[in-house]
Amino acid sequence: MTAITQDAISDVSNEHGLRSDENRERWMVLGLCGPALFLIIIVMVVPVGWLFWLSFIGAEGSFSWENYERLWQSKSYARIFKITFEVAFVTTGICMLIGYPLTYMMSQLPRRAANIAMITVLLPFWTSLLVRTYAWLVLLQRKGLINGWLIDAGIIDTPLRLVHNFTGNIIGMSQIMLPFLVLPLYASMKAIDRDYLKAAANLGASPVAAFWRVFFPLSLPGLFAGMLLVFVISLGFFVTPVVLGGGRIIMVAMRVEKSISLYSNWGAASALAVVLLILTLACLVVAAKLLKLDKVQSGSGGSDG
Amino acid sequence: MSWLNAPASETQITHGKRLWLYIVSGLVMMFLVLPSLIVIPMSFSESKYLEFPPEVWSMYWYGAYFDSKAWMNATRTSLTVAVLTFLLATPMGTLAAYGLHVSRFRFSMYIYIVMSLPLMVPVIMIAIGVFFLYAKLGMINSISGLVLAHSMLAMPLVVIVVASGLKSYDMNQEMVARSLGASRARAFLTITLPQIRFSVITGGLLAFLTSLDEVIVALFVSGGENATITRRMFNALRDQIDPTIASISTLLITVSVILLVVAQMFGKERD
Amino acid sequence: MSTITTEKTALPITIRGVTKTYGDIYALDDVNLDVRSGEFITLLGPSGSGKTTLLMVLSGFNRPDRGSVMFGDREVIRLSPHKRDVGMVFQNYALFPHMDVNNNLAFPLKLRDVGKAEVAERVEKALELVQLSGLGERRISQLSGGQRQRVALARAIIFEPRILLMDEPLSALDKNLREHMQIELRRLHEMLGMTTVYVTHDQREALTMSDRVVVVNHGKLMQIDKPKQLYERPLSKFVADFIGESTFLPVSVEGGRASINGRPLSLAEAPPSDGANQLLLLRPEKLEILPGGESDSYNCFKGKVKDLVYQGESFLLYVDLDDGPEATLRSPTRREVLDAVPDRGHEITIGLHPEDTIIVSEDD
Repeated sequence: MTAITQDAISDVSNEHGLRSDENRERWMVLGLCGPALFLIIIVMVVPVGWLFWLSFIGAEGSFSWENYERLWQSKSYARIFKITFEVAFVTTGICMLIGYPLTYMMSQLPRRAANIAMITVLLPFWTSLLVRTYAWLVLLQRKGLINGWLIDAGIIDTPLRLVHNFTGNIIGMSQIMLPFLVLPLYASMKAIDRDYLKAAANLGASPVAAFWRVFFPLSLPGLFAGMLLVFVISLGFFVTPVVLGGGRIIMVAMRVEKSISLYSNWGAASALAVVLLILTLACLVVAAKLLKLDKVQSGSGGSDG
Repeated sequence: MSWLNAPASETQITHGKRLWLYIVSGLVMMFLVLPSLIVIPMSFSESKYLEFPPEVWSMYWYGAYFDSKAWMNATRTSLTVAVLTFLLATPMGTLAAYGLHVSRFRFSMYIYIVMSLPLMVPVIMIAIGVFFLYAKLGMINSISGLVLAHSMLAMPLVVIVVASGLKSYDMNQEMVARSLGASRARAFLTITLPQIRFSVITGGLLAFLTSLDEVIVALFVSGGENATITRRMFNALRDQIDPTIASISTLLITVSVILLVVAQMFGKERD
Repeated sequence: MSTITTEKTALPITIRGVTKTYGDIYALDDVNLDVRSGEFITLLGPSGSGKTTLLMVLSGFNRPDRGSVMFGDREVIRLSPHKRDVGMVFQNYALFPHMDVNNNLAFPLKLRDVGKAEVAERVEKALELVQLSGLGERRISQLSGGQRQRVALARAIIFEPRILLMDEPLSALDKNLREHMQIELRRLHEMLGMTTVYVTHDQREALTMSDRVVVVNHGKLMQIDKPKQLYERPLSKFVADFIGESTFLPVSVEGGRASINGRPLSLAEAPPSDGANQLLLLRPEKLEILPGGESDSYNCFKGKVKDLVYQGESFLLYVDLDDGPEATLRSPTRREVLDAVPDRGHEITIGLHPEDTIIVSEDD
């Protein structure tokens, strides 16, 4: 009898020990992530949360919706949102039009050539945003290079207004945003099994028909995800519109900056920022869902056997 | 020209039929790469106005950069902040990626999302939030404040790069080491870390570059003596076109290219 | 009763001098083959033998360096794949994931400008044919492996091609399903009658399904024969080795007579040639235990019992032959045979009936 009782006791203490071991394991893992999490929470989550709170503080210093009301009603804010969305839409459209053919070609290249082509996409990605913006400023000015060449070639007589306006801003932003479209789209295109195109050809589809009926539909989730990414980043963009827009293009982020640096109007600035955040997160959620859809479509989901 | 008739893929479509695609893609690639490159020859011109090609080749504007006390201070600040960001974000991000990789926690999904937040929240919002926080803590215009903010921004990139490196790493090696008597920490430091060092270094380079190029947070949080190079450049661009910027840009491009080449080389070695 | 290929007749395939090189390597080396109208012919070989390459040449996805391929009396070697009008089943099926089953099947018909009503009718008939009626609206990801295989097949034949190409279509299925589908494919072939070229590395599958089998190795066609002929009368060591189990004994051949260590052998057929590299083919199931010792009606081999492995319905006997190598003998498990096997290490005589005694050449 004694032997059995002793076993029963050590069983129980084993169970305890095992559970505390497992807990210790959990804490260790958390511990590894701890510093990073701590940093992010303190330096980002807390301030952003604060901003949320601030957006609901009215001029009197008490809880109020007035900041959001003003966003909704004021004409100048309406204009700012309109321009911001216009810029984002046009930039996204241009990136899609010029980015799709490039990405398609890259996806069809053999590995070596594709890697080299990828460098031309990554290089601007790794180059400072300011440098790229500055380069466009130089190219697009009245006395800049593009006008200079056009005049020398006799195509135009007077310099075109290419910068400090909507056009210049769009040109600059398109170049800067393009990698954000190309990269997810490329991943999506590479995941399309080449056998689908062979099957389509075998079944009678000419290369053009095979592209439109099989390849293009399968690339859409990646394309939409890339477009959403470009759209969302364009919405919140700051540096390029300031420099290339020349004060004529006022986007949301710029207004936020002005509210703080010129007026110290934390209520207005934070309300604007919150709206921007909500739009951003909504688009990102949709993009994430699209990328998941991509995975299911390329056949890595579903039953087998 | 027989290349034009050769098939470009198994569906036997010829290169010739795809020529238009190659041309369009080529143009887009030039659109991506060339504009930034324009800055380089311009920085070697002597004139006060931007001109291309330079009539007289000189290092005048490089001189202007290196001689200017304000620019040198800004450079020192930027480099200091970038190096400190590298030193802070790289180990933090690496450990976090490792922790997420080995955990069988349900929570790790949520932790991963929190780690990705800095990439999802608009930078302007982060910038004013941090500004607000630092104003209360008296950390405006401090190097440490900037380092903390940049590390936070760079962290997700380090985590993503190291996490993907861990994915192609065989964790069994660590288990073998532990079965042979090594503690978990020792196994990580002596077995795993050396083998993922390429990902770690790439992540670190990304952190460095992110900090060096960062504009918006720096705009709010750095200033006075501790202004960063990006803040000065941004203000200069807004006000007037100072050709010194061309030389600074060239130097920044050089830094980017060197880091990119280094990262690519590391990536290839891993393959 | 055939519901699909009625008026159309199957086409013969004529392959002449097809060669494809990659640098120094011959993927296909001067291949010549005549596939008869309506025949089910299998290309059998190990990985890298060129069998898939040849199939890709037939479907148009691989252009050879030279040669001719004719479907009937039409030269097709330079015809683009989408104009060849052959049905093809890919190894991984390649069903379009963004379309449901109906649309996958309708795809080739729509490309041929078939009217809506007729498309719907033919899609339904095709589903019936492969026993998937009612599953038309399912998405591909919702189908099991076996179901996907049948959709791939239906899609390949729905536009009534006169030639059908199949690239290891059953390799992704588990054993039971595979054997079931082998019978199904054979049944469909008999019903529809189109010329079928089938690629596999599984020799059992090849022997089960085909009218003729082509053994391929290093880009060359080693032997083209009916399954029984291929198995019973292989022409080379490679073919003998690849199909079925076998052991080989070196023999010397002179003047059309073979002998081993001085003892003459009674042969079923004349040996391929005189010379040194000749081998006697020993198939495990053809070897018999001779409890009474040597006998005139057999080619006999003496040896010592090495091991006996009981495998359920049959057993394997390993014998160390006095003539040198180890021979493997397989026999159905019959009590009297099993009892007659001597213990390990003891002497045993095994025999090969002259009708089963085949000499093959070593040279490849």
